[in-house]
Amino acid sequence: MTQKITAHDVNVFYGEKQAIRQVSIDIDQEDVTAFIGPSGCGKSTFLRTLNRMNDTVASARVEGDIRLDGEDIYSKDMDVVQLRARVGMVFQKPNPFPKSIYENVAYGPRIHGLASGKSEMDAIVEQSLTRAGLWAEVKDRLSDSGTALSGGQQQRLCIARAIAVDPEVILMDEPCSALDPIATARIEELIHDLRGRYAIVIVTHNMQQAARVSQKTAFFHLGELVEYGDTNDIFTNPREPRTTDYITGRYG
Amino acid sequence: MSLGALFFVVAALGLIAWFVARARAVAFRTGRRERFSALPGHHGAFVALWTMLPPLIFLAIWWFTSPALVTDAVIGTAAAANLPPPGFERAAILSEARNLSRGEAFGAFHDLSELLAPAYAAAQSRYDWIATALAALLAFAGFAFAYARVRPTFAARSQVERIVMVLLLLASLIAILTTVGIVASLVFESARFFSIVPVTDFLFGTHWSPQVIDPRDPGASLGAVPLFWGTFFIGAVIAMAVAIPFGLMSAIYLTQYARPSTRRWMKPVLEVLAGVPTVVYGYFAALTVAPAVRDFAVSIGVSWASSESALAAGLVMGVMIIPFVSSMADDSLAAVPNSMRDGSLAMGATPSETIRKVLVPAALPGIVGGVLLAVSRAIGETMIVVMAASGVAQLTLNPFASTTTVTKQIVDLLTGEAEFDSAKTLAAFALGLTLFVVTLLLNIFALIVVKRYREAYD
Ligand SMILES: Nc1ncnc2c1ncn2[C@@H]1O[C@H](COP(=O)(O)OP(=O)(O)OP(=O)(O)O)[C@@H](O)[C@H]1O
Ligand SMILES: [Mg+2]
Repeated sequence: MTQKITAHDVNVFYGEKQAIRQVSIDIDQEDVTAFIGPSGCGKSTFLRTLNRMNDTVASARVEGDIRLDGEDIYSKDMDVVQLRARVGMVFQKPNPFPKSIYENVAYGPRIHGLASGKSEMDAIVEQSLTRAGLWAEVKDRLSDSGTALSGGQQQRLCIARAIAVDPEVILMDEPCSALDPIATARIEELIHDLRGRYAIVIVTHNMQQAARVSQKTAFFHLGELVEYGDTNDIFTNPREPRTTDYITGRYG
Repeated sequence: MSLGALFFVVAALGLIAWFVARARAVAFRTGRRERFSALPGHHGAFVALWTMLPPLIFLAIWWFTSPALVTDAVIGTAAAANLPPPGFERAAILSEARNLSRGEAFGAFHDLSELLAPAYAAAQSRYDWIATALAALLAFAGFAFAYARVRPTFAARSQVERIVMVLLLLASLIAILTTVGIVASLVFESARFFSIVPVTDFLFGTHWSPQVIDPRDPGASLGAVPLFWGTFFIGAVIAMAVAIPFGLMSAIYLTQYARPSTRRWMKPVLEVLAGVPTVVYGYFAALTVAPAVRDFAVSIGVSWASSESALAAGLVMGVMIIPFVSSMADDSLAAVPNSMRDGSLAMGATPSETIRKVLVPAALPGIVGGVLLAVSRAIGETMIVVMAASGVAQLTLNPFASTTTVTKQIVDLLTGEAEFDSAKTLAAFALGLTLFVVTLLLNIFALIVVKRYREAYD
């Protein structure tokens, strides 16, 4: 098994307040990794250290060692623009740009100069939308606004947008929490299909979802990584009492 | 009694009514713990309002109508038989007589007005008595009507609420009615103008020289196109060339780059710029910028640069409008959800790419709306152009040449000799009406644009 991301002794502070304590974790290339844990335990914070989105929060400070394919992503030589092109992100609330569906998907390839002509761009857009399972629904209305789609379609558009720059890792922060069960099922299917091509990390509050889509699960509590292992083990045979309490619904 | 005194009397009656009604309502409360729908104060307020409002409304109407009644009464007297026929002289005599009767003038210019003054005084006092009696009657009627209603079960609280609502409605209607009145007078005077000068001459004529009007063809020298052009050139082209880039960039800096501590002092400072009286900008334009612009023009070899150039007025006007554009752009940029910005940054876009490709396009309708509002302000702006622009109307694209604007011409036409039925002065109203219509349309259009945009993120 190849390790795509390795994090070692990571601490994150918001001003004086510590949100992540001494977290070490290895993310596999071929697996879907789920982050679970009660609200406020730092799942989003840790996820955002992996593509340096914490840089956009003025008060945030990250310590520790995080490597993507062995490269220190917080080193001075790391180009954040390149990093974020390699580590894509899908947010909790679908956030398509107020542009056409086509332009939403073409946005990333355009700023990174991935297509050298209209036909290449068309191909990227079609391929990304196909992989995101949206092509059939939107192929006749590519010039409609992305914001005119349903919530579930918007989220798949955001996934297509992330896929379009051909990332190596996709981070998803509760991608289904704003969606109904049918749209959720479609996204889960999609995650299943994307597995292997991209390393995927997904934050979720839904235990069944974590059990369904992931191979590895990490349980966070109060900024610490309590337990990390095969999803099967975590759900059927947790080692830590806190994990047991959480997955059996005793708190959180 | 005079109207002023009557007003105080009515207020005093209201106060008394308040106490009386309140006392009666207090008497209901016999000590048992009972719930009333209104407190004694509400009963008091209800009765006081009913006591004061009818006479006050009457007095307000009376204030407008009684002078005419008094004058009619004076004209009806025997002494008035010698008055000249209706016209300027007759009006002068009557107004002199009125002033004499009030002791506001000493010694009369016309003999007749001295004769009429006693008649004036008599009529005035007779009508004052009528007003006093009617006001008192109305006050008592209102009081009686309301006082009879003061019972434990009476919902005085909600009645007071309703009266307050009506009063607030009236207050807002006054603002609207004033606007309607202003527009009506503009339309009326403009109609007189257009009965002398054909609309087409005014709207499409390219020659403007109101100083020399040929009485047989006044339209020939009252073509307003050079003014429209000058206004557009200074307000919408030169001023916006300054205000749009600087306003937009400062809004981008403030919303996207500035640290909160910087933003805290910088935004208020920018807004202070909007509070500087325009006449101060006018000085600045006339005394500092205009000479500098002319010297610059001469130094780059423009042969006939005016010291009252369109450029000087437009530049200063643009600076004046910067805070306006900036705050509108700031609002619409801030209204773009943060998730847009994060989405773009997470794609690997740099902050400036994010601003150019996502934030500004998303905020564009709001920004465009703000710019349109700014244009409508700029073309209505008067002081700067009065002080810094010339009165020479010409159709030119040369920013160093002198140009004039609609507002500047309105001021020129109405100051100095004021004879309110010549084509020259009436032209000011036609210009005002045109300006009003244009800014109104701009504002409506801008608000529609802004509104449509707001709906997109709700
Ligand atoms: N921008 C911020 N500034 C200051 N504190 C923050 C900020 N963002 C998060 N925090 C704090 O860091 C801690 C972890 O927050 P985080 O959003 O990572 O939790 P989470 O596990 O994702 O919760 P949820 O499940 O509710 O999304 C919380 O205590 C939160 O209050
Ligand atoms: Mg979160």
